[in-house]
This record gives sequence, structure tokens and C-alpha cells, in this order.
Amino acid sequence: MPAVQRTAAEERIDSRSKRVTGLRERAGDRAFRWFVAGFGWMIIALAVMVGLQLAVGSQLTWTKLGAPFLWKSDWDPVAEKFGALPFIYGTLVSSALALLIAIPLGVGSAIFLAELAPRRVSDACTFLIELLAAVPSVILGLMGIFLLVPAVRSVEPTLTKFLGFLPLFRGVPYGVGLLTAGLILSIMILPFITVITREVLLAVPRSLKEAMLALGATHWETVVGVSLPYARSGIAGAVFLSLGRALGETMAVTMVIGNTPKISWSLLDPSYSMAAVIANELTEAVGDLHLSSLIAIGLTLFAITVVINGLARLMIYRVTRRGAAA
Amino acid sequence: MVKTLAMPPQYIPDSSPQGSPGGASQAVTLEVRHLKAGYGTTPVLRDVNIKFYDTKVTAIIGPSGCGKSTMIRCLNRMHEITPGASVEGEVLLEGKSILALDPVELRRHVGMVFQRPNPFPSMSIFDNVASGLVLNGARNRPLIAERVEDSLRKAALWDEVKDKLRQPGMSLSGGQQQRLCIARALAVEPRVLLMDEPCSALDPIATARIEELMLGLKNNLTIIIVTHNMQQAARVSDYTAFMLTGELVEFTQTQQIFTKPSDKRTEDYITGRFG
Repeated sequence: MPAVQRTAAEERIDSRSKRVTGLRERAGDRAFRWFVAGFGWMIIALAVMVGLQLAVGSQLTWTKLGAPFLWKSDWDPVAEKFGALPFIYGTLVSSALALLIAIPLGVGSAIFLAELAPRRVSDACTFLIELLAAVPSVILGLMGIFLLVPAVRSVEPTLTKFLGFLPLFRGVPYGVGLLTAGLILSIMILPFITVITREVLLAVPRSLKEAMLALGATHWETVVGVSLPYARSGIAGAVFLSLGRALGETMAVTMVIGNTPKISWSLLDPSYSMAAVIANELTEAVGDLHLSSLIAIGLTLFAITVVINGLARLMIYRVTRRGAAA
Repeated sequence: MVKTLAMPPQYIPDSSPQGSPGGASQAVTLEVRHLKAGYGTTPVLRDVNIKFYDTKVTAIIGPSGCGKSTMIRCLNRMHEITPGASVEGEVLLEGKSILALDPVELRRHVGMVFQRPNPFPSMSIFDNVASGLVLNGARNRPLIAERVEDSLRKAALWDEVKDKLRQPGMSLSGGQQQRLCIARALAVEPRVLLMDEPCSALDPIATARIEELMLGLKNNLTIIIVTHNMQQAARVSDYTAFMLTGELVEFTQTQQIFTKPSDKRTEDYITGRFG
């Protein structure tokens, strides 16, 4: 070892500074770890507490009415009769309707953006579509009241005339109802489906599309035969995320669904959703059982959305893991 | 195809000295005339003239970036799907200009095998091979099954997969996947098979199997293989083309190019002096 003359003092300073920085780093690391771990756990604790609070708050309903609360269909706070079915029905049907409209529209436009449009046009359109996701739902609700409801009202007689043989399209043309709620929801979830589907379509390996083209496939056959099957899980994930959002959407739906706790086959009839009834009645609930029943509806909604989001996560996890392996 | 065999010998004569190996008088399947291609403003191929003969394997060798892959991608018009790609010149498939053909139609006659095995992940082994047939409109199940078996046999894969045709194509090993891709390309009975470095992602044993396969396949096909591996070119090909910076430097019988190349640059390349 080439000897370098160092004074004792130099050695001491050197070793001390090494020790000091070492210590400080370790202490900082540890503090940081506890800090962020705390934040992480806080989020989990929040989710658990929300569930717990809802369970505690709705205890009265579960002990007094029990599980039949979920499938009884009368809701009369004055007579203290509570059944959640009309709200569950309204929420599920309006969300299903929204998916029915938004999936073909969203997947179709995503195919256009990912496969056909020039990259620049595609990026610009995607930006605009993302903006649509940022529109506050109360604004969409307003548009719903002023534009969509009159429009639906004017179309409904025609629907009844031509499709009235189906129980789905019978009844008085109010304008407000399940159909309008489904339409508003479809507009709200469309950006999610479109943007996520475009992303997963863009992630389809070029080599696979080329393999298909080289076999003599047309552009369209390549999309159907290779791109869509490859993107399947990702698209399903997008749909579930959107469904989670549609189920929980409150404001816009409340403004156009008609707020009538009634189960009807007809999409033209007014209905009610879980989120809407909570928003409308919570401040006016005087009876303990009424309040507790509203919270029980909240718990039900929470449970449904947790399950749906869990499924969505699973789908996305599957698609990303496969992507990493490929 | 009858047309090829009936081609008059006058069809073959030299239009350019560089693109024709001496003494050859076989039927020409593909003829490339004054081919120029590029991406955006970058030229990749500068005036290439070459002929590919029926029932022969032609290897294209050359250093990276010399335009080998671009050239064979021009032969089934896959080059033009790249955004910004440009092509000029003429490619004749059995005397007909491929630019006059629908690319979809053309690619059914000119199959392709890629550098990395790329079976369709959402399809089973059977469906992978059947995919080209189904695209062609085949609906007769027994007939499809027959063609699938036939193609898998030609690709020397049948014995390994006959009991698991319903399993996903991705469950096979890399070499098997590549043979699956060859079977997929063969199923539509192409006239020409383009292979773009088909063994570069495979181990030596899998490579040997594919080379062996090519020697059997060439009996009723025109095979064009791009390779980085000169030993491979020497082993499998009848003709070899050497390309450099977008130009065809030398094109002649394989034996000749590796024993007494006429161009100094070819000699430098094959003796390992550069590239």
C-alpha cells in the first residue's frame, strides 16, 4: 500500500465525519420509513374505518329489520317501513344501461384513436376526452336537466310507439327516469373506457400485429383477431373501474333519475339510486331507524363498489403481469 | 404453380449484371428491379436489383443496418406499414408487379417468419396454425384440421404437439414457438417464405432444427432468409446476396461467394475484417 502521510488529527476528523454522516443517514432513513409507512397504513385504516362506521351506524336497521332489508321494496319513512331494493335496482340498472351505451362507444373510439388516427390527432383527441372526465358532475347534471331531459321527453313517445311491445319502453314520458340517468352516466364513464382502452391497445406488441398482417389479414382483421383479444383484460379492467364510478355517482343521477322509490320494468319511469336517496334524505332523517337505514344503504353501496374495484384491480394486475412476462 | 414452370427461359436474362448469379437458369419467383426504400428522408435501400429462384434458398447477409430486413419487408409490402416509409422501384412476383396486387392478397402468397417467435398469445397451438386459413375464409373444420396437421408436420412440430393442440401457443419453448410460426406461415401455402433472422433468438439446437427444416421445405418454395450468421448462410442457402449500406454488393452461388468472392468488400466481410 502506498503510504500517504496523514496526521493523527486528519485521521480523527475523517473517521468522525464518516461516522456522523453514517449515523445521520441511518437515522434519517429510519424516520423516513416510519413516516411513509404511517401514511400508507393511514390509508388502509381510513378504508377500514369507513366500513366500520357504516356498520356501526346501520346497526339498528340490521337488528330490527335484518337481511330482508335488502330485498324489501317499500320505502316509507313516515310509516317506518324501509326496504332497499328499489335503490339497489335503480343503481344497478342505470349503471348497466350506462355500460351498455359507453362500452361500444368507448371501445370503438379507442380503436380509432389507437389504430387509425395519426398519432398527433390521437393525442389531441385523448387530451380532450380526458378533459371530459374533469367536468364536475353537477355541471353534467345541469346539462341533464336543461338539455337531456327535454330531449329524452320528446323522444320517448316515439320509443313507446315503436318499441312499446317491450315492457322496457312503456309508460308516461316524464323525461326523468332510468334512461336519462343511464345516458348521463354513460357520458361520465365514457372518458375512462376510451382512454384506458386506447392505452392497452397501444401496448399491443407490434410483432403480433405484424404477424397477423403478414398472414394476409386486413387492418380490421388484425384489430379483431389480435389487438382486442390481447387487450381483453385491460378493457375489462377499464369497464369495472367505470362501473365502480357509475355505481357511486350521486349528483348528476339525483338530478335526472326522478327520485321515486319504485321498481318498474320501464326505463322511462322515474326511479331512485342508492347514492341519490342518501344525499336527498340524510339531512331530513328524523327517526333513528330512518337514519340507520340510510346508512345501511351506504354500507351496501360501499360493499358493492369495493367488490367491483377489487375485480378491476385483479384484471389490471393480470394484464400488467402478462405484459411484464412477454 | 404452373405459371412459374411455364415461364419462358427468355424471361430470366440479365437486366443488370449485379443482380444475377452466373450460370443460373431456374424459374424466377421474385424479381426486384431498381428498388429504393427508406424511412422519412433517410434512404435505406439504393437501387437494388436481385432475383430469387424457385425451390432455392437465398440468404441475404451483411452488417447491421445494411438494409437486409428492409429489403425483405418490401417483398411482402410490410415495409410500407411503418409510418413514414417510402418505396420506389418494382418487385415482380411471377412476372406480376406486387404493387398492383392488394397487399392482403400478396401476403397470402408471400409468407413471413419473424426474428422473435410471435405466436398469438390468445390462441391455442391449433388456432395459431389455422389463423391464416380462417382469414382466407376456410370454414370446413375437417379440411382445416387436415391442413393444420400437414403444416405442423412440414414444420417438424407435429410429434411434439399432437397431444396438446388445444394448449396455448405460448406454452411451447422458444424453438417450438418459432416452428409454430413457420407452420402458421406454411398453412396458407405461400409461394415464397421470407425469414427475417429466424434463429437469432434461439439456441444452437433449435437453430439446427430450423435449418434442417428449411432444406426440406425448399422443394416447393422459394425461401429467402436474412441472417447475421455467415455459417448459417453457408449451411442452408443455394445463393447468397451480400449487402452493404443499402446496396447489393454481390449475389451469386453460395459456394462461390464463400470460396472466391469477386468483390473486395465481400471478401473483407466474410473473412471477418469488418462487420
